[in-house]
Amino acid sequence: MSDKIRVVVTGMGVVAPNGVGTRQFAEALFAGKSGIRQQESMRMAKLGCQVAGTPQGTDALCEQTFAADELLAMNANHRFACLAAVEAWQDAGFTLPERDSDEVDWDTGAIMGTGIGGMDTIAEKVVPLTNAGRAKRLGSTVVEQVMASGTSARAAGLFALGNKVSSNSSACSTGTEAIIDGVQRIRSGQALRMLCGGSEGDSHYMWSGFDAMRVLARHHNDNPELASRPMSETAAGFIPAAGAGMLMLESLDSAMSRGATIHGEVLGGHINCGGHRDGGSMTAPNPVSVRRCIQAAINDAGISAHEIDAINGHLTATIADPREVNAWAQALDLPTERFPHITSTKSMIGHGLGAAGAMESIASLLMLKHGRIHPSINCEDVHSDIAAYAHAIPHQCVEKPDLRTIAKSSFGFGDVNAVVVFRAWHNLPYQS
Amino acid sequence: MTNEQIQSKVLDIIQPYVKNEEAFANVTSETTMLGDLQINSARLVDIILGFEDVFDIEIEDDDADKVNSVGDAVKLLSEKLAA
Repeated sequence: MSDKIRVVVTGMGVVAPNGVGTRQFAEALFAGKSGIRQQESMRMAKLGCQVAGTPQGTDALCEQTFAADELLAMNANHRFACLAAVEAWQDAGFTLPERDSDEVDWDTGAIMGTGIGGMDTIAEKVVPLTNAGRAKRLGSTVVEQVMASGTSARAAGLFALGNKVSSNSSACSTGTEAIIDGVQRIRSGQALRMLCGGSEGDSHYMWSGFDAMRVLARHHNDNPELASRPMSETAAGFIPAAGAGMLMLESLDSAMSRGATIHGEVLGGHINCGGHRDGGSMTAPNPVSVRRCIQAAINDAGISAHEIDAINGHLTATIADPREVNAWAQALDLPTERFPHITSTKSMIGHGLGAAGAMESIASLLMLKHGRIHPSINCEDVHSDIAAYAHAIPHQCVEKPDLRTIAKSSFGFGDVNAVVVFRAWHNLPYQS
Repeated sequence: MTNEQIQSKVLDIIQPYVKNEEAFANVTSETTMLGDLQINSARLVDIILGFEDVFDIEIEDDDADKVNSVGDAVKLLSEKLAA
């Protein structure tokens, strides 16, 4: 540990279904407020699931934040990603550079991922206009909105970034993977700061495929706030969501030297894949790889299992939830009564796909910063397979001023896993 | 439609893409889109689409290639509208 470059979080930005901006998001999380709403587009398309988590009030914010020509080339995914990125950038203490300045920030890069990307642009523009023989009408802005790296490419221009600028993609582990990859880049000494996270737009075209797989909850269309039920006996599929989360990761030395406010430390993390073996598949995790990922993240963080105070799980509200809880139990190998608090941000915001890991990492950092564990709502009826750990699930906000360490997991289609370990900063005196 | 009316609509269409506000404030028919107004060349395509929408006409690629200045655009559009 001692020879590692330490990485801290100096900026956070979030566009979430239950709160836009970290202040609003924190208030909503601690109050157990759901951001799941009925969706006219899903109803018109006759999807089984007709509710989703969608950020509110972003159009007005976009008008204030972006230039007119930029907005013409930004679909929902870009808007959410860049609103969150601007908040993180400013939260880190930086101002937006002038567009006509030639100065480039060679020490700062970005890894801003997306799980699916510009499906709305493809469905509403590319396919109909191309099929009609009117491709010319696509204009100049379609490619940048559907290319996988579109969000990070836009951010590069907003902030004049000169280090690595890229977009990763690993399905529902994308956001967490971006953070871990950013940490590695800083640890390797190749960057001082990395703006990292994930985003996903709000398009029913993106969600219809999941609906067809019958992995979305279909029985709470009249009660959207009850629809996302991780760890519940009555969990019957996830609720899709949109939004973005962005973190400014920075070397501790850089943060200290410029007197930045530190929100928390990224102690470590790990990324792996189960190879679609031993029960793993395109859509199910290999339990061995999940355990290995958790243990490797803890090792990389340089801590012991008993130091983990809380888990912010992947926990989407499918049959995989009990398996995840049991994987944590086996990986941590603690007495049942010592099992950490375990909570699901998705119970309030739904499953943000490529944005999920990043929004939930910000939820984790907010919990650490405020010494409180947000509730995991809609699981008063804890699933019988995890009854032994029912005591660890907070149904109300838990005040825990000594909260120090949270492990955050994300799993994705493709049998991919990512686990990151955050530590509160206010309990850690600086040691150079 | 007079050329003044056409130019006024042209300016509305190109405004979001303008990078040099000062040149835009002093715009004449000789003002060039890329040089003086510093419009990103890729976005000329979107400006042409804007012309098609607002004036309800079709503009061929070869005609679009000839538009360098505000005056070029007004000339092309007035010809199209007269046709």
